[in-house]
Amino acid sequence: MDLDPLLLSRIQFAFVISFHILFPSFTVGLACWIAVLEARWLITGKALYRSLSEFWTRIFAISFGMGVVSGIVMTYQFGTNWSRWSDIVGNVLGPLIQYEVVTAFFLEAAFLGILLFGRDRVPRGIHFLAAVLVATGTVLSSFWILSANSWMHTPAGAELRDGRFFVTDWWAVVFNPSFPYRLAHMLTAMFLTTGFVVAGISAFYLLRNRFLDHARVGLSMSLALITVLAPLQIFLGDLHGLNTLEHQPAKIAAMEGHWEGGARAPLILFAIPDNEAETNHAEIAIPALSSLILTHEWDGVVPGLKNFPVTDRPNPEILFWTFRIMVGIGMIMLTVALIHLVQRVRGRLYSPNWFHKLLVGCMPLGFIAILAGWFTTEIGRQPWVVYGMIRTADAVTPALTGGAVLTSLIVFMVVYTIIYGAGTYYLFRLLTIGPARLNDEDLEVPAVAQGHQPKRPLSVPGESIEPAE
Amino acid sequence: MEGSLLTLAWVAIVGFAVFMYVLMDGFDLGIGILYPFAPSEEARDVMMNSVAPVWDFNETWLILGGAGLFAAFPIAYAVVLPAMYLPLLLMLIALIFRGVAFEFRFKARSSRHLWNKAFFLGSLLATFAQGVVLGSFIQGIEVEGRNFAGTMLDWLTPFSLFCGVALIAGYALLGSTWLIWRTIGILQDWCFRVARRLLIVVLVLVAAVSLWTPFLDASIAGRWFSVPNILLLSPVPLMVGFLAFGLWRALDEGREVLPFAFAMGLFALSYLGLAISLWPVLIPPGITIWQAAAPPETQVFLLIGMAFLIPTILIYTAYSYWVFRGKVTGAIGYH
Repeated sequence: MDLDPLLLSRIQFAFVISFHILFPSFTVGLACWIAVLEARWLITGKALYRSLSEFWTRIFAISFGMGVVSGIVMTYQFGTNWSRWSDIVGNVLGPLIQYEVVTAFFLEAAFLGILLFGRDRVPRGIHFLAAVLVATGTVLSSFWILSANSWMHTPAGAELRDGRFFVTDWWAVVFNPSFPYRLAHMLTAMFLTTGFVVAGISAFYLLRNRFLDHARVGLSMSLALITVLAPLQIFLGDLHGLNTLEHQPAKIAAMEGHWEGGARAPLILFAIPDNEAETNHAEIAIPALSSLILTHEWDGVVPGLKNFPVTDRPNPEILFWTFRIMVGIGMIMLTVALIHLVQRVRGRLYSPNWFHKLLVGCMPLGFIAILAGWFTTEIGRQPWVVYGMIRTADAVTPALTGGAVLTSLIVFMVVYTIIYGAGTYYLFRLLTIGPARLNDEDLEVPAVAQGHQPKRPLSVPGESIEPAE
Repeated sequence: MEGSLLTLAWVAIVGFAVFMYVLMDGFDLGIGILYPFAPSEEARDVMMNSVAPVWDFNETWLILGGAGLFAAFPIAYAVVLPAMYLPLLLMLIALIFRGVAFEFRFKARSSRHLWNKAFFLGSLLATFAQGVVLGSFIQGIEVEGRNFAGTMLDWLTPFSLFCGVALIAGYALLGSTWLIWRTIGILQDWCFRVARRLLIVVLVLVAAVSLWTPFLDASIAGRWFSVPNILLLSPVPLMVGFLAFGLWRALDEGREVLPFAFAMGLFALSYLGLAISLWPVLIPPGITIWQAAAPPETQVFLLIGMAFLIPTILIYTAYSYWVFRGKVTGAIGYH
C-alpha cells in the first residue's frame, strides 16, 4: 500500500485546524460579550445581567475547554508532521507563537479560573477585570496567530539563507503586508459568528416564550452588533481581496474562476472549473463586473490562472466554491441586518414571528463562513507554505511514514468525533436549560469575598444538566 | 560571547517552563492517577475541584515549553518531535480526554462514570507518555543534517517504558501531597497513607533510573563518576536522601504543607540531576545548545518580551492561587 505522508499530513492538518478554528471563532466574541454583560452588571447591579453573564460563561467554559485541547494538538503538529517547516521558519514564526503563549494563553487561563470559580472569592470589580482580561487574551491570541499566518502568505522582513529564514526587520515581520486586512476581517468574522449565535438563541427563547427579559437584551444587542458589522465586513472583505490581488494574484484567479484573465473580465456567478481542460463548464457570468470589483475600473486587467505555470496554481475547483459560500453568507448577513432595521422601526423586534425563525436558522452561518473563508485563503496559498518561497512539499517531516500519519489521522478523527459529539450535546443541553432566574432581591447579600464557602442557591454545584436515567 | 549569554538565558527560560509544567501539571495529573482509588465519589468531587480553577493554567506551561523550544531552538523542535511522533500522539489524545472531563463530568449524570474513566485514563496515559518521551530523549535521537533520521519506533525501549512507569509514581506522589495540603477528613487521611507508600516506590524507581542512565552513555557515566566530579556532584544524591527523609518525617508528624514542598524538592533534584547528565547537550547524543540556538536577532526580540512578561505571569499566577487558597470542601464551582 502506498501512503503519501505529505498528502495525509495535509489532510490531517486541515482536519485538526478546521475543528480547532470553530472554537476561537465563537469564544473570542463570546469573551467580549461576557465582559460587556459583567460591565452592565457592575454598573446597574441588575440581576438580569449577572444571570445572563453566568449563563454565557458556562457555554464559554465548555467551548474554551474544547478549543484549548484541540489547540495543543496544533502546536505539536507543527513539529511532528512539519518538521522542515519548523526548521525553515522557526527563527521568524517561533517568537510570534511564543508571544501568543505568554501574552494571551496565560492571561486567558489564569483569569478564566477566577471568572468561572472566583465570583464569591474576589470583589466585584476584580471579577469584572477577570472577564475583561480573558477577553483581552482571546483578542491578543488572534493578533499573534494571524500575524504568523499572514506572514506565510505575504512574507516580509526576513531573508532566506542556506534554506532557512533569518529576520532582518521584526516590525516588517509582525506587520506584514496582508496582516492588517486579515486581522480586521477575521476579528469581524468572529464577532459576527458570536452575534448570530446570541441572536439565534435569544430568538429561540422568544419563540418558546421563555426567559423573555434575557432574550430581549440578547436579541437587541446582538442585532445591533450585526447591523454595524455585516456591512463593515463586506467592506473589509473587499479591501482584503484587493490586498490579495496585489500579493497573491494566482489565488484571486482561482477564486474568481478566471483562466484567461485580462481586461473587462466577467464576474462568474456559476461555473464548474475543470483543471484538466483548463476551462469552466456551465459558466454563467456578468460581463466586466469582476474587473470593476477587483480594480474599480471597467477596463481593469485581472489575472487568469493561465498566467501562472501549472505547478504554481492553487486549485480552482475548490476555491471557486469556498469563496462563493463565504461571500453568499456575507450577503445573507447583510440582509438580516436590513430586516432587523425594518423590524425595529416597526416596533416588531420582540414579537415572535418569521424573523425569529430565520435567526434561529442563521445560527451556524458564521461558522460556515469562517471555515469557507479559511479554506479559501489556505488552499489558495498552495502549492506554497511560505508564499512564493517554500513549497508545502518541502515542509513535511522527512522521516515520517505514511503509516504513522494514517494512524494518527484515524485516531484524531475518532477522538474528535467522540469529544466534540459529547461537547455539542452538552452545549445544546445548556442552551435548552437557559439562564438561571435571578431576582434583584436574591443578590442583596454583598458578593464580596467572605470566607470560602459558596453560599447562594445560585451556585449550587453538581447540578447535572442531563436528564436522569 | 554575547550570543552565548543569550543562549544560556534561553536554556534557562525553556528549562524553567518545562520544570514549571512538570511541577504544576504534575500534581494535577497525579490527582487523576489517584482518582479511581479515592475513598468515595464525594472525595472525587473534592479532588477535581481542588484543581479545577488551575489545571488549564498549569497545562499552559506545556505549550510554553513547546513554543519556547520552537522559538529559541527550532532545530531541536524539528528533530525531537518527529522522533516522538507516537508517544506524543498518545499524550495529546490523553490530554484531550482528561481536559474535557473537567467540564463534562459535572454536566453528566448517566455518563458520569465514563468521564471519570476518561479523567483517570487520560491522566495516567499522558503521564506515561511524558515519561516515555523523557526516557527516549535521554537515550538519544538519531540525527542526520538538520533532520531526525531514525524510525517511528526508535523511542520504544525498556528504558523509556521504565521511565514512563517511574513518572506515574512521581506524579502520583505530587498529587497525594497536594491533596494533603488542600483537603481534610477521610480524603486527607487516605492521602497520608498513600503518600508514604508512593514515596518508597518513587525512591526505588528514581534510584533505578539514576543507575540505569550512566550505562546508556559513557559520557554521562564519566560526568558523574570521575574525580573530582564525584565529590562536587555528591550533594545531589545526598540532598535526595535528605529530602526523602524529611518528607517521611513530615508525613509521620501529620504536617500539611511540608510534604508537598518536599515532594516538589525531589522533583527539582531529579531535574537538576538530568541537567547535569546532559549539559551542554540539547539533543542527545550530539547536538549542543550552542549548535541548536536560534540566531541572536530572534533570541533578543523574544528576550525583551520575556523579561517583562514572565514575571508578570508569575505575579498573576500567585494571585490566582491565592484567590483559591485554603481547604477545598465540597464544591466550589460554577458548575
